[in-house]
Amino acid sequence: MSWGTTDTTALVAAPPPQGRRLDTRRVLLLLGWIIVLLSGVRWITGAPDLTSSNTYGAALRLAVPILLAGLGGLYSERTGVANIGLEGMMVLGTWFGAWGGWHFGAEWGVVLGILGGTAGALVHAVATVSFGVNQIVSGVAINILAVGVARFLSVVTFTGHGGGATQSPQVTSELPRLTVPFLAGGDLFGWQSPDTLGWLEQRHWFLISDVSAMLRGFTVDLSILTVITLLLVPITYFFLWRTRLGLRMRSAGENPWAAESLGVRVYTMKYLGVLISGALAGLAGAFLVLEAAGIYREGQTGGRGFIGLAAMIFGNWRPAGVLAGAGLFGYADALNLRSAPAVHALLLFIAIALVGLGVWYLTRKRIFGGILSIVLGGLTFLWFALADIVPRQFVSITPYVTTLLVLSVASQRLRMPTYDGIPFRKGSQIT
Amino acid sequence: MSKKWRIRLLWLLVPVSAIVFAVGVSSLVLLSIGESPISAFRSMFSYGTQVNSFVSTVNRAVPLYIAGLAVAVGFKMNLFNIGVEGQYRMAALVAAAAGAAVTLPAPLHIAFIMLVAMAVGAGWASIAAVLKVKRGVHEVVSTIMLNSIATGVGAYLLANYLRKPAVGSELLIATPQIPPSGQLAPLANLGGEDLRSFVLIAVLLGVFVYVLIWRTRFGFDLRATGVNPDAARVSGIDPNKMIMRTMLLSGGIAGLIGMSDLFGFFHAYTLDFPTGLGFDGIAVALVGLNNPLGIAVAAFVFGWVDRAAQILDLQGIPKEVIVITKGVIILSVVIAYEIVRRLVQSQEVKAAAEETRRIEEEREAVAA
Repeated sequence: MSWGTTDTTALVAAPPPQGRRLDTRRVLLLLGWIIVLLSGVRWITGAPDLTSSNTYGAALRLAVPILLAGLGGLYSERTGVANIGLEGMMVLGTWFGAWGGWHFGAEWGVVLGILGGTAGALVHAVATVSFGVNQIVSGVAINILAVGVARFLSVVTFTGHGGGATQSPQVTSELPRLTVPFLAGGDLFGWQSPDTLGWLEQRHWFLISDVSAMLRGFTVDLSILTVITLLLVPITYFFLWRTRLGLRMRSAGENPWAAESLGVRVYTMKYLGVLISGALAGLAGAFLVLEAAGIYREGQTGGRGFIGLAAMIFGNWRPAGVLAGAGLFGYADALNLRSAPAVHALLLFIAIALVGLGVWYLTRKRIFGGILSIVLGGLTFLWFALADIVPRQFVSITPYVTTLLVLSVASQRLRMPTYDGIPFRKGSQIT
Repeated sequence: MSKKWRIRLLWLLVPVSAIVFAVGVSSLVLLSIGESPISAFRSMFSYGTQVNSFVSTVNRAVPLYIAGLAVAVGFKMNLFNIGVEGQYRMAALVAAAAGAAVTLPAPLHIAFIMLVAMAVGAGWASIAAVLKVKRGVHEVVSTIMLNSIATGVGAYLLANYLRKPAVGSELLIATPQIPPSGQLAPLANLGGEDLRSFVLIAVLLGVFVYVLIWRTRFGFDLRATGVNPDAARVSGIDPNKMIMRTMLLSGGIAGLIGMSDLFGFFHAYTLDFPTGLGFDGIAVALVGLNNPLGIAVAAFVFGWVDRAAQILDLQGIPKEVIVITKGVIILSVVIAYEIVRRLVQSQEVKAAAEETRRIEEEREAVAA
């Protein structure tokens, strides 16, 4: 990940050259600071929802579809195909997920949701890879087409069965859920184990309770799909960066002509990337229906395909980065849904973080960035002090504003696949 | 038939064949649910050729047409303004509120509202333009983000600042009504349907865009940048300036998309304002081959399909089938367009190769 620290001056100033990248140690350190700061803010403002296990649980649930869409975008764009049709593929996933869940049970809902998303992706792949159509145009067309298909199918299948043009009947079948024993009080062969983290959270001790709450939020009442999705992050990393097939897929996005000359089947790789992308978007749709709502509703995806793209860009086209982006956006969403005071308290967190960043910049002799950061932090603090509430609509646009900010501040440090979005024709190089 | 005309005919075949293909797919869809496509199309045709249907089609086509123009202006320079949707909604909201806040003589009032709408549309588009020029952020990504930001900011503004004070228990969320001086009376009433006057302004706008893009220096620079950005830059065209201007132009036009509905129907910004027009505009621009006349035809076709499909519900056929029809039209148009482009290109390459060979043979003959 290269969206972290540095420029050339910092490289000279910092003796060990590993300061250049955000390595694992630094990520953990940063995460540690964030947790300490959040606990402190929770303690000062007395807004328990800022770090309650319920908030973390909700954040995780809200992050899953974003993460799936983001990983989907990652697979597609790593093979060089821009995919703004993710939203449409997710819509197909919601419809087919609901239909499958309603007819055959939740497991089949998942399978059909994935297939629905893949079908949308197949259209995108045929248009962009085989016919070389502009990838943005094809994505827009798929978004329009998917809404039409879902609406039409709803009218045909759901009317008269407790649903209609815009919604399905209730999907009653559920997927298995999981609570980790001993940590969060899960069942072990019918015996209820102690809820250690829950007990610690209830003590409201500084830091200890906050960390327990966070861990409890990630271990209690998990959907099996959530677990699978989280596992997909390391799997994606391993697959794309540590296997031969993954290398070939990425080579199709980095330099398809070079890849072709080495015998890589570029078209096949691109097809694979786009189809996996659609499958993940479809899974995200199925998750929304089967885990979040229990019903298909028109407009249910609410732009999550686009937020997924935002998470992918925020994460610099890397799996762990996508996870960070999805987590951030999910957390903001969760706070927005659960508690207005907590959102307000978050302003204090942002203010302190900005001032801290500014001081760190100043010690690195980056005067302009430091001053700007401190001023912004001061303004945020003023906002925190003067207003009692943050308008809901402002929180709902956080993912988009964050992405624009990251893009405009750090676009030099982001590195997208080199031939992302550029049509590839066998044997004819246009650069 | 000369070669130039043959190529033009080929281009014209693209949208026509796409529509025929889409009708075929829709027929299959209808057959699959046990409905007769022939009777469906027949009733659509007889309903769609009534006078009032014609009027309604024009009314539906006007916003689509303007949206198509806004998108096409960007496309001509290879700029993807996916943000037309957000620009249109922000503009409609602010212009409606501004129009209700002032009282002016009738023509001035209309002009004022349109100016506000264009300024807001252009302003919203300028964010993406500045991000692209100054920070190298791709316009597709920034406009997608800005569409969603527009939804949030618009909802916030409407709920907190621009909303009409609630009377009693009325729950309507809307801006205050624009006074009559800021409304446009219908042009005519044909068959019980009002023909909205904004169609005249839309026609003028089309002419303006045509002249600007195809008959001025600016338009030449814009098209040149679209065809070959490197050649354009070398010939002295400042790409950044062109991006700024084109994006502002596109956003300004996008600001006018909602005006027909505002002047002729709603007279206030409400939550019932149509959504998705910006994306439909992309479709219309593609089907109309980015040409004002073509866009007009495409907008009319899309508007007509919308209107004519209303009859299907009465016959128990889900009218949603036409959304599939439209989606298939878009996809098949872009695919057919790509195929034709490649065909024309390979013919040009072949012609150039023959020409070179001929010249070389002549030269050898002279040398001998």
